[in-house]
Amino acid sequence: MSSNDHIELESVVIRFSGDSGDGMQLTGTQFSNTSALMGNDISTFPDYPAEIRAPQGTIAGVSGFQVHFGSNEVITPGDEVDMLVALNPAALKANLGSLRKGGTILANTDAFTYKGLEKATYTDNPLEDNSLSDYQVIEAPIDSQTLDTLEDHELDLKNKKRCKNFYALGICYFLYHRDITPTIDWINEKFKKFPELAQANIATLKSGYHFAETLEAVVSTYKVPSAKITPGKYRQINGNTSTAWGFLRAAQAAKLPLFLGSYPITPATDILHELSKHKNFGVKTFQAEDEIAAICCSIGAGLAGNLALTTSSGPGIALKGEAIGLAVTYEMPLVIVNVQRGGPSTGLPTKTEQSDLYQALYGRNGEAPLIILAASRPNDCFHMAYEASRLALQHMSPVMLLTDGYIANGTEPWRIPDVDKHYNEIKHNLIEEAPANTDGFKWIERDEVSKVRKWAIPGTKGLEHRIGGLEKDYHTGDVSYDPINHELMTNARKEKIERVVDNIPEQELEGDSSGDLLVVSWGGTYGAVQMAVKQLQKEGVRISLMHMKYINPIPKNVPTILKNFNRIIVPELNGGQLINVLKAKYSIEAIGYNKMQGLPFKISELVEEFKKAIQ
Amino acid sequence: MTELNYKKKDFASDQDVKWCPGCGDYSILSSLQMALTKTGTKKEDIVCVSGIGCSSRFPYYMNTYGYHTIHGRAPAVASGMKVANPNLSVWMITGDGDCLSIGGNHFIHALRRNIDINMLLFNNQIYGLTKGQFSPTSKQGQVTKSSPYGSLDRTFNPGKLAFGAGATYICKTLDSDPKHMTDMMVEADKHRGTSFIEVFQNCVIFNNNCHQEYTDRKTRSDHAVYLEHETPMKFGKEGNLGIVLEGLKLKVVEIGDKYKDQDLLVHDKHNKMLSYLLLSSHEENGFPKFYGVIYQEEDETFNDQVAAQIEQVRNKKGEGDFNKLLFSGEVWEVK
Repeated sequence: MSSNDHIELESVVIRFSGDSGDGMQLTGTQFSNTSALMGNDISTFPDYPAEIRAPQGTIAGVSGFQVHFGSNEVITPGDEVDMLVALNPAALKANLGSLRKGGTILANTDAFTYKGLEKATYTDNPLEDNSLSDYQVIEAPIDSQTLDTLEDHELDLKNKKRCKNFYALGICYFLYHRDITPTIDWINEKFKKFPELAQANIATLKSGYHFAETLEAVVSTYKVPSAKITPGKYRQINGNTSTAWGFLRAAQAAKLPLFLGSYPITPATDILHELSKHKNFGVKTFQAEDEIAAICCSIGAGLAGNLALTTSSGPGIALKGEAIGLAVTYEMPLVIVNVQRGGPSTGLPTKTEQSDLYQALYGRNGEAPLIILAASRPNDCFHMAYEASRLALQHMSPVMLLTDGYIANGTEPWRIPDVDKHYNEIKHNLIEEAPANTDGFKWIERDEVSKVRKWAIPGTKGLEHRIGGLEKDYHTGDVSYDPINHELMTNARKEKIERVVDNIPEQELEGDSSGDLLVVSWGGTYGAVQMAVKQLQKEGVRISLMHMKYINPIPKNVPTILKNFNRIIVPELNGGQLINVLKAKYSIEAIGYNKMQGLPFKISELVEEFKKAIQ
Repeated sequence: MTELNYKKKDFASDQDVKWCPGCGDYSILSSLQMALTKTGTKKEDIVCVSGIGCSSRFPYYMNTYGYHTIHGRAPAVASGMKVANPNLSVWMITGDGDCLSIGGNHFIHALRRNIDINMLLFNNQIYGLTKGQFSPTSKQGQVTKSSPYGSLDRTFNPGKLAFGAGATYICKTLDSDPKHMTDMMVEADKHRGTSFIEVFQNCVIFNNNCHQEYTDRKTRSDHAVYLEHETPMKFGKEGNLGIVLEGLKLKVVEIGDKYKDQDLLVHDKHNKMLSYLLLSSHEENGFPKFYGVIYQEEDETFNDQVAAQIEQVRNKKGEGDFNKLLFSGEVWEVK
């Protein structure tokens, strides 16, 4: 094919969509892996129903996987979709709103039957009633073509039907000039023990590819050139895996055993799954009977000298609240991961939100401060999990690491770090050997500067001591009901957390150090916010971005940054939590932009809001 | 075992013990301190973990490592601690409210997993620290501050609950018999797996004499059977009473013309069905209580299994290599 036959694009967003049994996650993952291997930068986002199998063919059962790939830096899975793969009418109905005008629809015509349309609540067939005239529609009889392709294959009907996602993938591979070899290799590896299945899937993939080739006359194909990416070795990673690996590495760097106590909850469970795989690293995973047991066994392991970790999501963190307070008053290292989802209560289990900041800051009885961090994107989860471990160990405090469903499930390429150089040592306060003289040992004794106590653990001779949830005497650590002492201890615990500022990096600023508008964001909204800010910077707007990853304590230089801008806007996927913290702390005026739809920000909506804020 | 030569006072902390005068907790504390001089465990390897309640102040009074945690959660904290460091001798201290109400879930799951910890349940059939409400072991109809017209709740039988949860060691003892208590603690320490010891304990303030007929020195011999493995079940002031098995029921008999010593039931702590009968028996009116090791079975402990599985995976996959993990799967280079 000559270069005139295709249109060159900077970036493309495809959404694969079908019934939740149609294999859309797998199809999307194959497409994105292939694109990454071909040198594009990518970002992906799976979007699936909370139900394991909602009724087939209905809108509730639609499962999607969005891939954004491009020749420039790609940070979000994309706002508007350029191409929608709809394996049934429900998938079309559920996703058409996201498709840009002029975008392409690949429709599986075999599914647009009377029954299929009825289940999707269509009264007329959208393929026939002109309602899709704004779009470019590729009609493909995917079900029947798949069965025809596999006519001579020794497979039962059910297995043959399941190959249809590869037919759709084949079509997309042709349209976007993807190389089908990596997927063929993957299929061969995956179905090593079932060669009939491997052959069937490969045949269907090729068949789809060739079908698209024959459509060349009517549909443009697209090419996305390789991206200019920092040289290095790359791999794909999603946020939860990245988080799990960060802890694995931190435990090695601290030379401590890793212990995870966890109870399954969406969207945090994959961290438990991932760490459970790596027993050869010595990691102990404990699937507890409930959320409270999960954190309590981690507390037990932490008291025994492990790098202790518990992972959950908002509702689970709510249950852990009392035990988090215990870890605060024990002044012990403990990492708590909260993969946020829509709330309150059960809320939107599979949808994203960042509404647990107040919970992290205040969700305990009494004055119970702890360290709070927030990861910004899938591959940043690794770094922040490592940081959370480092700070927990060095400051003898629980640390809550906030991620969210969007970055936990989203994938992106990750330039593999030199861990031996950058993630190799975490110094901590564990008393590894019994000192010669243990007279006068007080477990509560604090370092003058950091206010941090030593970590004496059972098994160490002569350091036997008792700690409880009851208030402790500042000097001896014994139980104390003395009113003045309680205030002293409350302030000591607060001060200890405040002094963490000397051990965290200064707040970074993207853009000039003064200007018309400062955008303040935190956590998983980074991709969209950064793209929006960059776009306006290119247009000459005096706008800068302060994206926060260290939330408690807040880095020292933040007040200075805040002072130098005429206006401040804080976009958040909640009702305005960080903005209120900043207002209370720094008495600033700021505008909030808040979205609570279980959906991430779109770059375009942010651009619009930022423009409005400057006017 | 005794080369450590600890004295009882080595296990007493410098804190004033703040239980009510006459509380059964004192003798339990003293018995554990005595028992630990006999177990051969180094002091630094001993940890007491408790929840909330009068009983749960216990760790403060022991000169070992000690953690007073939160209501009902001691089994979970103790489990994590033992799995993290199987070398520790973990003693979990709890009360009937702490363990069987708010901590019921963790209690049954620790037993189910058979984690090698020793659980001491102080059962005084009342909430003491919150000042006198009925507990899951209070008798139905009991009048307390929260049940002025009599409690409607049916009563939990802790031993049967433990049995149902898959306990591998169930033992009962009483606060008024420190020697028996001490022996039972030493036995429990030897058992690999969760050792569950229910101590019938008196609350002088809110539920005084709740177990009196079973624990009072003057009356208990007629109301309590001290079980010994492979020994006939004989009791009574004159040693004239015994237990026989009739059909599927236990029966109290007088030894004399009709029943001889050789007719008595012989205790077998490994016999699951017999244990069930013994655990169920004193719910029946007027039946004696059974003290001693009611049930014991050898089974793998969870903490050993966790360690073994790690070894197994290491043997199969080799020691974890982080760089190898980083570069596993599809990796590509950008030049």
